[in-house]
Amino acid sequence: MAVSVALVEAPAVAAAPMSYWRTVAWRLSRDRATLVAGGVLVLIALSAVLAPWLAPYDPSAGSIRLRLAEVGAPGHVLGTDEQGRDMLSRLLWGGRMTLVAGLTPVLVALVLGAGLGVAAGYVGGITNTLIMRTMDIFYAFPAVLLAIAISGALGPGLANTLISLSIVFVPRVVRVAESATVQVKGLEYIAAARASGAGVRAIVRHHLLANVLGPILVFASTQVSLSIILAAGLSFLGLGVTPPAAEWGLMLNTLRQSIYVNAIVPALPGLAIFITSMAFNLLSDGLRDAMEIRG
Amino acid sequence: MWVYVGRRLLLAIPTLLGASIIVFAMVHLAPGDPISAVMPAESSQAEIEATKRAYGFDRPLPVQYLVWLGRVAQGDLGKSVATRRAVILDVRDALANSLVLALSSSLLAFVLGMAMGLLAAFRQGRALDKLASAVAVVGVSVPHYWAGIILIIVFSVQLNWLPAMGAANDPGVVEYLRHIVLPTVALALIPLGVITRVVRSAALDILNQEFVLALRAKGLGARRVFSHVVKNSAPQILTVLGLQFGFQLGGSVLVEAVFSWPGTGYLLNLAIFQRDIPVLQGVILVLATFFVLLNLAVDLLQTLIDPRIARH
Repeated sequence: MAVSVALVEAPAVAAAPMSYWRTVAWRLSRDRATLVAGGVLVLIALSAVLAPWLAPYDPSAGSIRLRLAEVGAPGHVLGTDEQGRDMLSRLLWGGRMTLVAGLTPVLVALVLGAGLGVAAGYVGGITNTLIMRTMDIFYAFPAVLLAIAISGALGPGLANTLISLSIVFVPRVVRVAESATVQVKGLEYIAAARASGAGVRAIVRHHLLANVLGPILVFASTQVSLSIILAAGLSFLGLGVTPPAAEWGLMLNTLRQSIYVNAIVPALPGLAIFITSMAFNLLSDGLRDAMEIRG
Repeated sequence: MWVYVGRRLLLAIPTLLGASIIVFAMVHLAPGDPISAVMPAESSQAEIEATKRAYGFDRPLPVQYLVWLGRVAQGDLGKSVATRRAVILDVRDALANSLVLALSSSLLAFVLGMAMGLLAAFRQGRALDKLASAVAVVGVSVPHYWAGIILIIVFSVQLNWLPAMGAANDPGVVEYLRHIVLPTVALALIPLGVITRVVRSAALDILNQEFVLALRAKGLGARRVFSHVVKNSAPQILTVLGLQFGFQLGGSVLVEAVFSWPGTGYLLNLAIFQRDIPVLQGVILVLATFFVLLNLAVDLLQTLIDPRIARH
């Protein structure tokens, strides 16, 4: 193993040292699990985007005569749900909703959390204390409990799901961004930049962010899977999108009563959540290894 | 070290106060006001005002908060708007059931996770290690509420071995145990994944240190080396165990909803749909307090085991 790596790497090193991002890309291209996970995610994303064209039926049009058809029933490859609606169409449309509800909070947390965390870490002093102690308060609640509590108080709806999940993830990103910033800020090259007269804005933009964004991005990528599970979980409890919209967690909830009639079809929406969240986890594991970020 | 312990204890107070502010604010997050939601539709404005005064909702917010905090400090979490019972009583009963479930699922996850994590570290790269890695990824990726439904489909509906819902009505030990098996397994999946992963990497870190090589060179048997590795990775492992137990207690809402297990999560779920804000607040406040105290205990225990931590 070690020998073959050395053989492949040697000519590249002799010619010119690979840039960091080319090394990362090269490592990713040899990591089979990560590639497969990435491929699965591309497929899921495509099917969500193309749902209006791919779905064979209207996702909310049911038929009383065709309730809970088995997987493989004529005309309905994945069967029908408790109202006779086509499962394949609903899973395709549902993926759109679940992905939006799961990804948006992490993106919000990425922007807000990185901003607050870098500010806290770079400015230090009372600003740091104020921001970080406020974030600590949110750590008094386990993530699931915090999400359900806020959603429960706000009431059902997609917007409320996004708000409550963003509140869960912002403090986490802030912690990572702050500690990465404090670490990088202490390095000599920042002091050198400052000594050579670089302004705060130039230091943060050119020297700090370049080295801090990597760990923050990788951390955010590890949170996507949890965010998707929680987003679907909230609508599973009836706190997310409202019927008749298709969403994986909500579908799981309404099909739950039917497990005594049909054992396979009610399990499908959960399987979709599982595959998506696992693909995101494998991808973020691969990213972390390729970027050599620990933790 | 005692300075550290004292400082850590003091730090828990602002966190708890902050948490109490968030819990208090939940009343005002709710759309509409908490009274009109539960009053009969035909009640007059005067009746609504009277009820508001009775619950203290007519006073300024900071006053409401302090009055509320003062009551909470005396163990009075208010009365349920829906049932008029004292919230503390409902929460106490539910908490007992949740604690049992958290303990059983933690125990299952700890034992299996420790065993798999340690074995994987000692058999790095072999089949067992790969299995442990797979378990770790599946454990943290699976939506546990879905896993619960799958367990019900397989063991209750198809095989008819175990009950699907609730805790037993008649208090026989066997029936109680039969009811707790499936929720325990469903709830153990996430901590099982996390613990397997952390234990494996903690043990690998120690295994790769020079002193282990020295121990082996000295001719120490595999079993003695093993005990050294476990001892040295103990602080890290202990932290993850403590945290996971806390997550079990607060994170069981979805699993309790799937199995209608009469714990805090079930109570919370009920409160949300009856818009019973005092119960919602009571459950969350009690769980958050437990969680903060547990984290505190883990930190202190860690310092006791590894005094180097206090010096940082």
